[in-house]
Amino acid sequence: MKLTLARAASALTLLAALAAPLSAQAHRQWILPSSTVLSGNDAWVGVDGGISNGVFIADHAAMRLDNIRVTAPDGVTVVETANPLVGKYRSTFDVHLTQPGTYRIANNNIGVMAAWTLNGEPGRWRGPASGLQAAIPAGATDVVSAPSATRLETFVTLGDATTEVFKPTGEGIEFVPVTHPNDLVEGEAATFQFLHDGKPYADAEVTLARGGTRYRNNPEEITTKTDADGKISVTWPAAGMYWVNTSWRDPAAPAGRGRGGPPVASASYVAVLEVLP
Amino acid sequence: MRALPLAASALIAVAAPSMVAAADLTVTVEIPRINSGSYHRPYVAVWIETPDQTAVRTLAVWYQQTRNAEGDGKDWLKDMRTWWRKGGRAMALPADGVSGATRAPGTQTIRVPAARLNGLQPGQYNIVVEAARELGGREVVRMPFRWGAANTGRVTGSTELGAVSVAVTR
Repeated sequence: MKLTLARAASALTLLAALAAPLSAQAHRQWILPSSTVLSGNDAWVGVDGGISNGVFIADHAAMRLDNIRVTAPDGVTVVETANPLVGKYRSTFDVHLTQPGTYRIANNNIGVMAAWTLNGEPGRWRGPASGLQAAIPAGATDVVSAPSATRLETFVTLGDATTEVFKPTGEGIEFVPVTHPNDLVEGEAATFQFLHDGKPYADAEVTLARGGTRYRNNPEEITTKTDADGKISVTWPAAGMYWVNTSWRDPAAPAGRGRGGPPVASASYVAVLEVLP
Repeated sequence: MRALPLAASALIAVAAPSMVAAADLTVTVEIPRINSGSYHRPYVAVWIETPDQTAVRTLAVWYQQTRNAEGDGKDWLKDMRTWWRKGGRAMALPADGVSGATRAPGTQTIRVPAARLNGLQPGQYNIVVEAARELGGREVVRMPFRWGAANTGRVTGSTELGAVSVAVTR
């Protein structure tokens, strides 16, 4: 295929259009619950969300709240959030815990990215797979689509810990705790498994970043790799709030895809976990 | 309201040494007097664990029994972090013969009749005492003891707990 002038120009435009989201991707998206382990008949948790270089340091961009979903301990019921606010550098909302058990607070985007050319102009869309067909305009050429799944989750427990919210769906990267994420203590080991599209995500790089980097000079980040079962084991060196991340990008994607070109199948996962002293 | 049970428990504490023979497991916990303008009595949990720190049974939990303007007393049970994760959060509270109101500074005595420890296999255990105080600190002390033979143990806390002792009388 010959690269025409028009296509070269459209590739440049596409690059410009993508520059903003790409620079956001270079930063880290986080959510920060005010508590993760609670007692009593009911309790409130305040949650902040933002995108920045230093995890939990609100100094760059607020998190969008459109896809926030809180799941009750039964693993099914959706819990309404309260008091949402999108600020300059961070968003916030509250969650009322009214029954005992473990809740999942998530900002997940599971869908498809598509790019095309129409009359020499680049087009781009992101949404649920069911909307893909309708989103691509008639006459579009060079249509490329790829699944994209990003998950950002944290877990909070009122009373006794439960595990219903960890049932995997088989889409994107998912977190299957062996050690319950609301049972993490400094100096003790924890084991977690990661799945990619429902199968153990082996040999994946996992980053664990502890908050509070503004008050120390060494970021003290931990990087480790999952084993053949997709598992990592970590002995928490210090109490604090940890940002745990792994991602996947289709290794079979043709050259020139992604990074400003047509989309590449990808998935990313972040869990925010509190380690107590 | 407060004065009467306090006076009674103080009397029991003083009389404790001569009454030890009547109890199969006795734990004393000294809650230190702490000079603080914002002093609140600590939440305290006492439990038995195996040497690998698996909780076996909670013997006592002292926490605010009522709701006040700041919330329900149970809202802060999780501040006894170690007890909470090792067994507290799986317990139904209040629990008969286990839970009660917070205690004043001084030595408190917990007597556990053998009948309540029926299922406890003879062997080596720890008594664990955890104290957490509003606007104060948290401290956990562990004290080994042997169940199945007479023995005693004693440790001393450094911040939120004073002398802590255990006596097995059979």
